[in-house]
Formats: sequence, structure tokens, C-alpha cells
Amino acid sequence: MTDIAFFYAFAALTVLGAILTVTLRNAIHCAIALIASLAGIAGLYLLQKAEFLFVVQIMLYIGGVMVLFLFVIMLVNLDGAAKERQYHRHWLAAVACLIGTGAIFAAFLHRGAGSLKLESPLPVVPGAGNVETLSMVLFREYLVPFEVASLLLLVAVVGGVMMAKKRID
Amino acid sequence: MSSPITTEHYLVLSAMLLLIGTVGVLLRRNVVVIMMSIELILNAVNLNLVAFSHHLQQVNGQIFAIFIIVVAVAEAAVGLGILIALFRNKETVLVDEIDLLKW
Repeated sequence: MTDIAFFYAFAALTVLGAILTVTLRNAIHCAIALIASLAGIAGLYLLQKAEFLFVVQIMLYIGGVMVLFLFVIMLVNLDGAAKERQYHRHWLAAVACLIGTGAIFAAFLHRGAGSLKLESPLPVVPGAGNVETLSMVLFREYLVPFEVASLLLLVAVVGGVMMAKKRID
Repeated sequence: MSSPITTEHYLVLSAMLLLIGTVGVLLRRNVVVIMMSIELILNAVNLNLVAFSHHLQQVNGQIFAIFIIVVAVAEAAVGLGILIALFRNKETVLVDEIDLLKW
């Protein structure tokens, strides 16, 4: 029973945060709403016994990416932008796109509902925890992608610094 | 005893989150908020992967989620760098005022 309560609490936090992120006027308020949404997603990871991703979500997203966003918001002066119109003139086309996509999602989820319910989740195997299992698979089967990811991060770091630094003429 | 919360619940939530993120990308004019909406979309995908990982009791989905997080972080770092460079040159963060390629 607590499962249901926690799921709906975290789901409500996630969806409300997401809606506020998209609708609020001030970018700082958007960032704080997004932090709430990301925290809700972290809780959902914990409910699904993905403990490692739960920690990563909090440390990396809430502690890293969102702080980066807040820094940029304070660096770039957004006071003028907050007073302007917040939505595009071509919002009708966007809404039409969204209704189409939403209808496709609803149709597929409705169609696939039976097939997902038939196969109930397998019982959790006791023994090794989430982090151990994850590291075994990550460092055995996915070692090359792991190294490529480190290269990608290096390129991103150099690229970010190059983009943001002042031109010295 | 199986949990009353099925994988279906997570898929519906993920679809909702992805649609909300798409609304942000398509409708907002502020570049910073558009980048936050992209983060929302990536998180919706991660939620989907973790839900199926839990459903099938295999950790491969979580590994994919980790890689998606890596790419999202790289994207955020480079994107915000570009944003700072752009603001320095154009003094605006509204996407429809950035129309250098329009004629």
C-alpha cells in the first residue's frame, strides 16, 4: 500500500514540477521547479530499486547540471526576457503537433496495455545489490562504450570552455 | 506478491513527461527554458528505460540510462557555453530574435 502512495506522490511531484518548468515566467523559478521534478524522478528510481541511478540523479542532475543552469541564468541577464512575451507566435502549429503525438502515445499505450500486464515483473533475485550488478555489467560488457563516454566528456569540457571564454584579440 | 504499480504506470508517466518537455521546446521563446525542457525529455526516456529494466529484471536498461545521463551532461555543458557566447554577441536569449540565417 505504501508503494502506491509513494508512486503517486513522486509522480505528482514530477509532473507538477515539469508543468511549472514549462509555464513559469522567471527562468530562476523554472530552474527550481525543474529541480523538484528531477527529485521526483529520483524517488521513482528508488521505487524501482535502481539505487545507483537514484544517487547519480541527485548528485549529477540536481547537484551538477542544475547548478550549471543557475550559474548561466545569473551570468546571462534575463530580467528583460522575463518581461517579454513567453510563447511563440506559431503556437497553433506546435499545439497541433503535440495533439498528434499525444494521440499516438495514447493509442500505443492503450494497445500495449494488455501485453504488459500479462507478463508480471519477475521476482527480484536476492544476493548481489544493484551497484554490484551494475558495475559487473558496465565494466565487462560495456567497457568500450564506457571509455568512449570518457572521451566524449573530455571533448565537452574543452568545447564548453572554448565556447564560453572571452575572445582575446 | 506483485506490486500494484505496474510498468504501465511508469510508461504513462514517462509519456506525459515527454509531452510536457516537448511543449516547452516548441512553445517557449527563452533559450534557457528550452534547454531545461530538453533535460525533461531526456529524463522521460531514462524513466522509461529504468521501468523496463525493472520489468525484465535486467540491468542493461540502467546502463543505457547512465550513458544517456553522460550525453545529457555533455550537451548541457556545451549548450550553455554556446548560450553564453551567443548572449555576448547578440544580447538576447529569445529564440525568434536569433535569426542570422533567415532572409
